[in-house]
Amino acid sequence: MEIFLQQIINGLVQGSVYALVALGYTMVYGILGLINFAHGEVVMVGAMLALSALTALIGWDVSPLLALPLSLILAMAGCMALGYGIERVAYRPLRHAPRLAPLITAIGVSIVLQNLAMMIWGREYHAFPQLINNQPHHIGGAIINDIQIIIVIMAVMIMTGLMLVVHRTRLGRAMRAVAENQHAAQLMGVDINRVISITFMLGSALAAIAGLMVSANYGLAHYYMGFMLGLKAFTAAVLGGIGNLRGAMLGGLLLGLIESLGAGYIGDLTGGFLGSQYQDVFAFFVLIAVLVFRPSGLLGERLAERA
Amino acid sequence: MNNILDVRDLQVGYGGIQAVKGIDLCIAPGELVALIGSNGAGKTTTLKTLAGLLVPGSGQICFDGQNLHKVAAHQRVSMGIALVPEGRGVFARLSVAENLLMGAYSRCDQDEIAADLARMYVLFPRLIERKDQLAGTLSGGEQQMLAMARALMSRPRLLMLDEPSMGLAPLMVKKIFETIREVAAQGMSILLVEQNARLALQVAGRGYVMESGAVTLSGAACDLLGSDAVQRAYLGA
Repeated sequence: MEIFLQQIINGLVQGSVYALVALGYTMVYGILGLINFAHGEVVMVGAMLALSALTALIGWDVSPLLALPLSLILAMAGCMALGYGIERVAYRPLRHAPRLAPLITAIGVSIVLQNLAMMIWGREYHAFPQLINNQPHHIGGAIINDIQIIIVIMAVMIMTGLMLVVHRTRLGRAMRAVAENQHAAQLMGVDINRVISITFMLGSALAAIAGLMVSANYGLAHYYMGFMLGLKAFTAAVLGGIGNLRGAMLGGLLLGLIESLGAGYIGDLTGGFLGSQYQDVFAFFVLIAVLVFRPSGLLGERLAERA
Repeated sequence: MNNILDVRDLQVGYGGIQAVKGIDLCIAPGELVALIGSNGAGKTTTLKTLAGLLVPGSGQICFDGQNLHKVAAHQRVSMGIALVPEGRGVFARLSVAENLLMGAYSRCDQDEIAADLARMYVLFPRLIERKDQLAGTLSGGEQQMLAMARALMSRPRLLMLDEPSMGLAPLMVKKIFETIREVAAQGMSILLVEQNARLALQVAGRGYVMESGAVTLSGAACDLLGSDAVQRAYLGA
């Protein structure tokens, strides 16, 4: 029972991160019908930027309580600029090209970002500075620490905020209108390039937050961390129904839970033959199963509508 | 010479096909002008170009004395050009009220927007009953009303309608055309594209007949209605 509860907690924490990243995939897909495969690298850049800023600020004797939000804001700003740049350079010129073309540039951007990050930050793992006294709390035999609590609370707040923006504001209305019919949106006076840029920037800001969360949770950041995280979050977006915001959140949380419960019990289920290092397998089993049995995802609509 | 719209020698092509081959067209303020012609004559292409969705190969479009050459589609809306596109283009996953607010996207006078919203619900009482429904759940006729109301929400000075009668039941067509008449009576300049030539010429003051990308005939609507060529080609007489 303790294992179960512990894995639920771990799953919720990891799932919150997946959900934030999945939102970035799904927002861009919703508006452009394009899978931004460079999105995982934006998460990595966010983590690295935040870590660098944090280390520098701590070095200047800034109080951790100030340094943490400051470096988060810096990472968000950096990632928003990066997201804007990626769309402007890699996707906009290909807006009317066959769908395979932007997919290829996405992979190209991904490789470029990874290698740039490797040149800037090196190949080694960077340790996340111990800033706050990460107090563990015991709930019915399971443990949740301060950072994990902060992650879940922040994720819920951010997702609520995003839903409010998308469903209650003029900008959100314009985003939904562009997602549905770009020509008609133009006829309403919407500058679609601006809305698309803003969408990329919003998604990238979420990615930066997720990047900081992951590195704070595991205490590590690495130039290669975006690849697997990006794939998992993409899986989460597909699981929920790509293009659907609620789906991305649901898919993220579910995938986090499936993974962590899977990792927790795989040893028992296989009589010790397979261990928790097979955790990653679950995400991709989920991806395959969804694509085979329910390609539109849990909350998605028929995909046929987009040309 | 104070036309709200002046089009000179407009040519538009896409994909190697010359869809509009140098047309001239003008609309005086408050005028209702019909553009008729058979399928593929270039009517929709003309409207899309006027709205800025297509880039003309050559020619000149002047709106209220201003050359629209370098004005993007979304900027033309705030200048006062509104197009109700063929197939209506309502946002199916937005509510009726949200669709109407999208129509006012280019405006920021909140009080006036609210007043116009109320006015639309008076003009189209059907819409208020359905204001929280997703637009995709409306019938074709209701969607056409919504599309027209949405276009009016931008407070246009030139309203362009592309095939408003398409796919609608006769009763609904009658209703839509009554509304067009009503809007025109309030002094709106309207460019109406229709395949239903008789209907269009009955409400319009003037008309243009397009055939494979060129204007072949133009004049007062009543003259066109009476002309042999139009009778034979479009009115099935």
